[in-house]
Amino acid sequence: MTAAIKRPGWVRGALGMVLAAAFGFGLVVALRAISGLPIFQTEQTGYPHVVVPLVTGPLGFLAGFGCFDYWLRWAAGMPTIPDDHSQHGAKSWRDYFRFNTDHKVIGIQYICTNFFFFFVSGLLAMLIRAELAQPGTQIVDAATFNGLFSTHAAIMIFVFIVPIFAGIANYVLPLMIGAPDMAFPRLNALSFWMLPIAGLMFIGSFLVPGGAFDAGWTGYAPLSTGAPLGQSFFNLGVQFAGASSIATALNFLVTIITMRAPGMTFWRMPLLVWANLSTSLLVVAATPFIAGAQFMVLFDRLLGTQFFQFAGGGDVISYQHIFWFYSHPAVYIMLLPGFGIISEVISTHARKPIFGYRLMALALIGIVVLSYSVWAHHMFVAGMFSWLRVPMMITTLLIAVPTGIKIFSWLGTLYFGKIHTYSTAMLFSLAFIVTFTVGGISGVMLGMVPLDIHVSDTYFIVAHIHFVLFGGSVFTIFAGIYHWFPKMTGRMYDEKLGRVHFWGTVVGTWGTFLPMHWVGMDGMPRRVADYAEQFGNWNLLISVFAFMLGAVQLVFLYNMIVSWRFGPRAGSNPWRANSIEWQVSSPPPIFNFDEIPRVVGGPYEFGVPGARHAIMAGDGAEVAKPDPTVVGQA
Amino acid sequence: MMGRLPIAKMLAATVALTAVISAVMLPISWNGQQASTAAAKIDTLLDVMIVISAFVFALVVVVLIYALWKFKAKPGDESDGEPIHGNTRLEVAWTLIPTIIVLFGAGYSWSVLNDIEEPTKDPLTVDVFSQQYAWSFGYPGKGNAYSQGELHVPLDRQVHFKMHSLDVIHSFWVPEWRIKKDNVPGITTTAIVTPDKAGAYQLICTELCGFGHAAMRAKVVVEPPAEFRRWVAGLKQKVPPPYMETIRQNTETDPIPLGAGGA
Repeated sequence: MTAAIKRPGWVRGALGMVLAAAFGFGLVVALRAISGLPIFQTEQTGYPHVVVPLVTGPLGFLAGFGCFDYWLRWAAGMPTIPDDHSQHGAKSWRDYFRFNTDHKVIGIQYICTNFFFFFVSGLLAMLIRAELAQPGTQIVDAATFNGLFSTHAAIMIFVFIVPIFAGIANYVLPLMIGAPDMAFPRLNALSFWMLPIAGLMFIGSFLVPGGAFDAGWTGYAPLSTGAPLGQSFFNLGVQFAGASSIATALNFLVTIITMRAPGMTFWRMPLLVWANLSTSLLVVAATPFIAGAQFMVLFDRLLGTQFFQFAGGGDVISYQHIFWFYSHPAVYIMLLPGFGIISEVISTHARKPIFGYRLMALALIGIVVLSYSVWAHHMFVAGMFSWLRVPMMITTLLIAVPTGIKIFSWLGTLYFGKIHTYSTAMLFSLAFIVTFTVGGISGVMLGMVPLDIHVSDTYFIVAHIHFVLFGGSVFTIFAGIYHWFPKMTGRMYDEKLGRVHFWGTVVGTWGTFLPMHWVGMDGMPRRVADYAEQFGNWNLLISVFAFMLGAVQLVFLYNMIVSWRFGPRAGSNPWRANSIEWQVSSPPPIFNFDEIPRVVGGPYEFGVPGARHAIMAGDGAEVAKPDPTVVGQA
Repeated sequence: MMGRLPIAKMLAATVALTAVISAVMLPISWNGQQASTAAAKIDTLLDVMIVISAFVFALVVVVLIYALWKFKAKPGDESDGEPIHGNTRLEVAWTLIPTIIVLFGAGYSWSVLNDIEEPTKDPLTVDVFSQQYAWSFGYPGKGNAYSQGELHVPLDRQVHFKMHSLDVIHSFWVPEWRIKKDNVPGITTTAIVTPDKAGAYQLICTELCGFGHAAMRAKVVVEPPAEFRRWVAGLKQKVPPPYMETIRQNTETDPIPLGAGGA
């Protein structure tokens, strides 16, 4: 027992959490007692004796679990535990539940955790659709309903879509650029372990007085500043997810800039690497804005600040400006890595170089720059200065141009190729092109102020965001998971089940989200538990498709679990791809490469006689002697 | 390389598909009944966008389906495609043409926006008060007459709605008018509407405002001026003093009424 308490792990983590939470609780109680205040403040926006432990508890868990061990020992002048690589690799499933600094283990930890939250949040969506299947109130009351869609969106965005791209890239990106690991492995592990905390906070808010946070994932003030305790769980969950996201983005930036293998110039990087470079640039600059916005709401709730309290001289609309300054770029944070995945999959399965590679990379950078200038298109009817609408409309419509470039370039990649559609990853990539085009088109419509005035805050918005985030992001996530499943697990998945999942998902997505455009334009507002009779039939249809869409995800789950355990062994390169991760075994060796590869050409040179992307160890006499100092200087 | 593609046939197929989609979609009045001067203009903009969007969608679908039909690998074929890395002319084209299209869309939208928010000489001003979960209305030109849950406005006269929220953000939407504006605590926002069709409509709150959000509705009646005058004259209540205080205290973000073109 003593040993368990001394050793980093779950026991010490639980102990750390309890002690730190008790410290936070004691601090609040003691300070209030000294100040002569009532010990417990239970106004709905108060509860400092809950909120403070909610900060200290998770930090105590992270410390106990071992996330800070190396740094703390070093800071305290104690002998650091030498990195004997015992924390690398996973020998059994138990190793995935430990603090591990191996980027491949962390990648899988991310993906599995994110899918856990995907299914939880999917269940919330099923409840939402069950309630909306008929007009009137059947299953949940209006207050609970508001909690359902708020947590559904928060979980899907902050602990599924945003981080799962970090998870996929965590696994794949160091391999792709020929690096042995990420630049900061301990920071990488810390980033991961902050995520489940955020997710559990979102879910945990259902259990507190007043119920889950119910001001929407947008949490507009002053509805959020006056909301019950659950809102504080959202404010703090976003901090953990945001910190995780920022730390990972820094890690990717440093890894991509400094750890590319010799010869991997920027213009030889696979587009997935370009995509993650762009995404990371967005995350490090934009995410602090939502963290700040949520802290300001928390302070308004708890400390009596007046950021967004109109009665105290605060400005209500400034919340929306700060929030959307992150949350619009966030849409691209949720799309650009997916663009990268699609480029890899389409080029490989069309057996052809990416059409217009440089323009593809530049389009990503163009999106990064433009996406900082479009946030107020979420606020055309918000009552902000009206002159701001037209400039924001122009930038919003212009951002369709680099996005269009990507669509056309993928189509160009297919022409004169040899297109193979046996892989579910390729199917999802092709469906993504069509579905995402619809989301892009409705986005252009929403960018036009007069149309937006009518459909803003209606089901048209719900339709648009799901075409973009489900037909866009989630399709690319599935494409990525299917594409790299053999690399990650060393097994092949079942393509027949993959096809069932694919067709079910495509039909479910279109059936669920397409009619939402119509009911929205015709007068159904979003975020309502009840609606007019006239929309009854459409909503019933939407719900039926939604249930199908939900059910078919179980096929995916089954396929992944069973194939991981029993699937046929995968070779190192089942898709005959060029990039470096496919030139090592599946799964790759613990340190990725026996010798750092040397990059001699572009990543998509299909059909070019004699072209190579990288020379691996054992490829022949040309291989340079491994020189460890080269890593990090490339 | 381009010469080997049936460009004319693909273009014809795209145009044909565009025509089919447009023919199906244009006759439907997606936005519902039109009851303000803005409605027809916004719906025309929508129709133009439907045709442009149908073309873009058709282009993507036709090009994709043709590629899948023509360039699909035979089973067992392990050879690679042709090593084409790009085509500068094509890439410039699909950068410039969409830019021109979206700039056209922006210009057109801007002109529609100016059009629908153009103030007229003799507008009627109506105060809108929103609170969880009810609407009420004041008529400053009529001695601050006050009505709860029911809004009356005269036919064919521009109305300037001055929006005031007493608690959280609400949003004022009458779908038939195509006009929406948030009611923001602390500031007064403005919406301009010229109702041009008599009848009864529904005012819907479209900004999440709490558990009663879905039920936060009010009745809107558009009637000939004489009937409107009779109805206002029949209102017994005046706008309550705290509400008048709210109007006084609120700042107006847009002293010049909306007008992207300015006044």
